[in-house]
Amino acid sequence: MSTQPVLRTEDLHVWFDLPGNRELHAVRGVSLELRPGERMGLVGESGCGKTTAILALIGLLPGSASVAGRVYLHDEDVLAKGEETISPHRWNDIAMVFQGAMNAFNPVKTIGTQIAEPMELHGTSTGRAARAQVRELLELVGISGERADRYPHEFSGGMRQRAAIALALACQPQVLLADEPTTALDVMVQAQILELLVRLTRDLGLAMILVTHDLPIVAQVCDRAAVMYAGEIVEMGEMATIYHDPRHPYTRMLFSATPDLLGDEDVRSIPGAPPRLDREIAGCPFTPRCDSAFAPCATTHPRRLEVAPGHEALCHLNDHLVAEKPA
Amino acid sequence: MSSAEHETLLEVDGLVTRYPVQRGVVGAIARRPKETVHAVEGVSFTIAAGEMVALVGESGCGKTSTAQTVVRMVDSEQGAIRFRGREISQLSARSLRPLRREIQMIYQDPYESLDPRFTVRDTIEEPLVVHRIARGREERDAKVREALVRAGLSPPELFIDRYPHELSGGQRQRVAIAASLVLDPKLLVADEPVSMLDVSVRAGILSLLDGLRKEGMGILMITHDLSTAAHFADRIAVMYLGRIVEEGPARDVVRNPQHPYTRALITVVPKRDPREQTTPQILTGETPNPVRVPPGCRFHPRCPIAEPRCSEVDPSLQRPREEAAPDHRAACIVTAPGPSADEVGPGGRGTA
Repeated sequence: MSTQPVLRTEDLHVWFDLPGNRELHAVRGVSLELRPGERMGLVGESGCGKTTAILALIGLLPGSASVAGRVYLHDEDVLAKGEETISPHRWNDIAMVFQGAMNAFNPVKTIGTQIAEPMELHGTSTGRAARAQVRELLELVGISGERADRYPHEFSGGMRQRAAIALALACQPQVLLADEPTTALDVMVQAQILELLVRLTRDLGLAMILVTHDLPIVAQVCDRAAVMYAGEIVEMGEMATIYHDPRHPYTRMLFSATPDLLGDEDVRSIPGAPPRLDREIAGCPFTPRCDSAFAPCATTHPRRLEVAPGHEALCHLNDHLVAEKPA
Repeated sequence: MSSAEHETLLEVDGLVTRYPVQRGVVGAIARRPKETVHAVEGVSFTIAAGEMVALVGESGCGKTSTAQTVVRMVDSEQGAIRFRGREISQLSARSLRPLRREIQMIYQDPYESLDPRFTVRDTIEEPLVVHRIARGREERDAKVREALVRAGLSPPELFIDRYPHELSGGQRQRVAIAASLVLDPKLLVADEPVSMLDVSVRAGILSLLDGLRKEGMGILMITHDLSTAAHFADRIAVMYLGRIVEEGPARDVVRNPQHPYTRALITVVPKRDPREQTTPQILTGETPNPVRVPPGCRFHPRCPIAEPRCSEVDPSLQRPREEAAPDHRAACIVTAPGPSADEVGPGGRGTA
């Protein structure tokens, strides 16, 4: 843990403009760190802001969004001047694998041409050198280099997802953002893709944020996990710690809602639905669905507390930690 | 839960469903051979009242085709479908109509399956009108409310006049289920009923189905998710390329898998506990093409324990060698050799 983080966010916020002068506060103060070679899972239900947060990291939010906070790549604040400061890093240092590889490629261009495109655009390589690198990248992700001349429709779903990973690696990034990279895939193909992602981070020292709604995938692949709810990271820490000693009821309830292949205990849904994010929320946003809510939850927003080294949670249940030991 | 105590609702025996591959006018002129998708190739199973059977497999394995054939949305080529003892695979559309009340289907995507211009009441009332049940407004209203409550949308006043866009995904799926329940069916066929829903609400829908099962409903659940099947189904049938390759009590199939395909699947399903991850036994390639089915055991090209004879013998479902459960069967001549390993498919089930 001594290495410096390659990526760090501080108090990241994203708002979307809505009709009628309203705003949707989608990401509400996300702070996280990512070290070289580390795999972090960003987990939550749909609409919790996980995809929005990583789109903000790579500067790919639509024009209706406004962003505040800081995103550091090494020591440079890439959000400082918006597009001007992020664009030199996009794809060169931080790249993304999008959800649904079916649609990530242009159907009328060969896979090879499309992987070479960012290389030529960013000037990392051109012409014959680029073509050689494309073949090398395809081999790296488990596709025969000869298939560079094929079109997307000639690839199966799993192969297209591999090609999308090769595309993200085209300019040798240090950070890979993977947004639900296996949702549309069968479980055996999913296993192949997850194994590939683990191998790439291990062999290339690539840092990865894996966005998913599926906790078991994070448990299998990631070192650390950040659980998001209503735009906030409500718990973050080592994956094993979060599973065995969750310090936010949402984390615990999310695990209980997920059937486990060999688990015997009842699977329980979480009552209710996440709050609307186009209005301010009094207190803890999880209060109405929480099975452990008590007096302060409805009125006071909880503090982010480090409950153990490297393990933080955003829940009043942990307040006694500071009350007993005043700093 | 013992199926012997309950009426057998559905018996599927040697079901075969094939689709022609469109070769187009050019293909016809060029005299390209006519090709067939072997979607379902000799599938047999039964469902008793009060029993949930999960058909599990990857895309293209034939699980949805099996479900569609059973509910007679698609015609079978061979085999029998007996519903409460009556053979229904050849019934005409007219004779099927009363049966449609008793066998209802629930679809994957409640965002697609509900008409956006229909209120909840319209959606649930429509089957009553179509089947000419419950004449009169009041009787219909009572039935709609009862169905809403049974589907967990209570109090009904809160939902009855809403439109789908005003409901969450889980609520929509409950409305779709209510529209099935209003006909008082005996058998529900649920095709991936929760895969479009958020994790936090999935368990609620599955518990609802589980409750219906306990009340005596027979349920055929189609799913790609072994963990869900393991938790909610009484029995699991694992499909591969149009065949059931393993079938048995859910617990036995998951904890003591006998077919090499099931064994591999179980190792690649991510577990919740990070310390419990097994080394995934990853099969190379993807589910092969159901147009060109390999000879012998259809799994042998990807099988880690295949022997030379596996490319010749098409195995039938047999009691596994090391398995105690009497109703656990696998189609593998290596792990479940059966009484005669030379047999090629049971009762003409195999296509040599």
